Amino acid sequence: MSEPAGDEDARRAAERVARASYGRLVAYLAARTRDLAAAEDALGDALLAALRTWPRDGVPGKPEAWLLTAARNALTDRARHQRVVAASEPVLRRLRQNARPAPASGEFPDERLKLLFVCAHPAIEAGLRAPLMLQTVLGLDAATIARAFLVSPTAMSQRLVRAKARIRDAAARFAVPGARELPQRLDAVLEAVYAAFGLGWDAAPGAGAATGLAEEAIWMARDLVGLLPGEPEALSLLALVLHSHARRAARRSPEGVYIPLSEQDTGRWDAALIAEADALLERAAARGRVGRFQLEAAIQSVHAERARSGRTEWTAIARFYEQLARLAPTLGVRTAQAAAVGEASGPAHGLALLDTLDPKAAGGYQPYWAVRAHLLQRLGRRKPAAAAFDLAIGLSPEPAVRAFLLSKRRALARHGGQ
Amino acid sequence: MRFAMLIYEKPEAFASRANGDDDPYRGAWRVYYQAMTAAGVHVGGDPLDLPATGATVRLADGKRHVQDGPYADTKEQLAGFAVLELPSLEAALEWAARCPAAAAGAVEVRPLAPETKRRITDPEA
Repeated sequence: MSEPAGDEDARRAAERVARASYGRLVAYLAARTRDLAAAEDALGDALLAALRTWPRDGVPGKPEAWLLTAARNALTDRARHQRVVAASEPVLRRLRQNARPAPASGEFPDERLKLLFVCAHPAIEAGLRAPLMLQTVLGLDAATIARAFLVSPTAMSQRLVRAKARIRDAAARFAVPGARELPQRLDAVLEAVYAAFGLGWDAAPGAGAATGLAEEAIWMARDLVGLLPGEPEALSLLALVLHSHARRAARRSPEGVYIPLSEQDTGRWDAALIAEADALLERAAARGRVGRFQLEAAIQSVHAERARSGRTEWTAIARFYEQLARLAPTLGVRTAQAAAVGEASGPAHGLALLDTLDPKAAGGYQPYWAVRAHLLQRLGRRKPAAAAFDLAIGLSPEPAVRAFLLSKRRALARHGGQ
Repeated sequence: MRFAMLIYEKPEAFASRANGDDDPYRGAWRVYYQAMTAAGVHVGGDPLDLPATGATVRLADGKRHVQDGPYADTKEQLAGFAVLELPSLEAALEWAARCPAAAAGAVEVRPLAPETKRRITDPEA
């Protein structure tokens, strides 16, 4: 038996390798069998085997190649056990076709991009694409994903299992789609990565799993740029998330009070991240094709300018939002556009834009009521402003945002009703 | 679908009921209730009086036991309930996350069981 210290070292080594190469290993294994669940199970077996043998024999020189070989053996064993089941025959055939020994060099092709595209397959419902990527590419467990997406852990885990079955049954091709299909599929991949980032970003700093999710999403966005270096929307997505991430320290006062973007201390922004984001955005703009994420990143870049100039160019931001609203007229974009127009051309113009939104859809959308309250307040319409503040506060799940809006609401009441 | 939202609070939250209208926790409740009403999801429900104001009854070995206060002696106690009409558990969890008690205590969401009720109230059907 090995020393406990050896166990601990081996466990850490296994975790490190798993962390760094989970997605690469799953993608490589599943690209051949097209069975994601089986690939994950096999990798799980391999990790268990590592925990058993590494403390005894030492951590192998090429731990990734070791895990890959063990996982492939587990996969072949499982398929062999199921040989009686006719359904496993195609899997066995594909395994035989790819029966090359695990690359001895420890080098194997990075199939994660294909895995991302599989997760964004049209057969997978849109809302499940980001959770699926987080599990298969990053190896997050279902409970962590469920927490971030506010779903019961059992429901999330069942949905993920069903999604993987659908991929297997549809024999979804592990391939980067051709030129015709690429734009739409890439959009779905970028959407899902951004959704994952947004979940981490919405949560208060220090909210554990959710904050970690933002970093995981940045990791995926970086990978996408590495895999598609010439794709302007991938470059722009990374620029966008880096701009947001650069401000993470400025979003709360030391006491934990929410600070809106326009009141943040620019000294607490991360200048290096902002520079990196702007360089990425320049590369994207040089490709001469404007997309949704490029516009979003451009808006964040204008906000970042305040660190240098001391003021926010709201006219430029409103113009970018106008273009964005033509491209992606979502409730979120149009609400943000109304806020920007309110700053650039006056609150009445912003309010007029808000009034064009579908009240049924906007009624349960917290930012809509927050922007509306702010614009009404600036117009001196205290009573409707107070009512809008109430709804914005009541719809907010974040205590820090709630406290911020409550203080605004109280200040409004102190100035007398109308 | 109907869901019961069971609200659990700590003693401090119960105590805040005695505070004035400017208490932030009470303020949060007031607007949360407004938001539920405005969205048309609130079917019914009420806050419960303090845990110590009630009693718990049980019958064991043919003997009746009555205990002051709540069933379980835990820090967080049932403080109220609301019945919501929503399309899914996810939608109900979203409302639960907005509940002021979610940050100060806990909010349990449970689907109502109308089928069980039907079998009790109308056993012939």
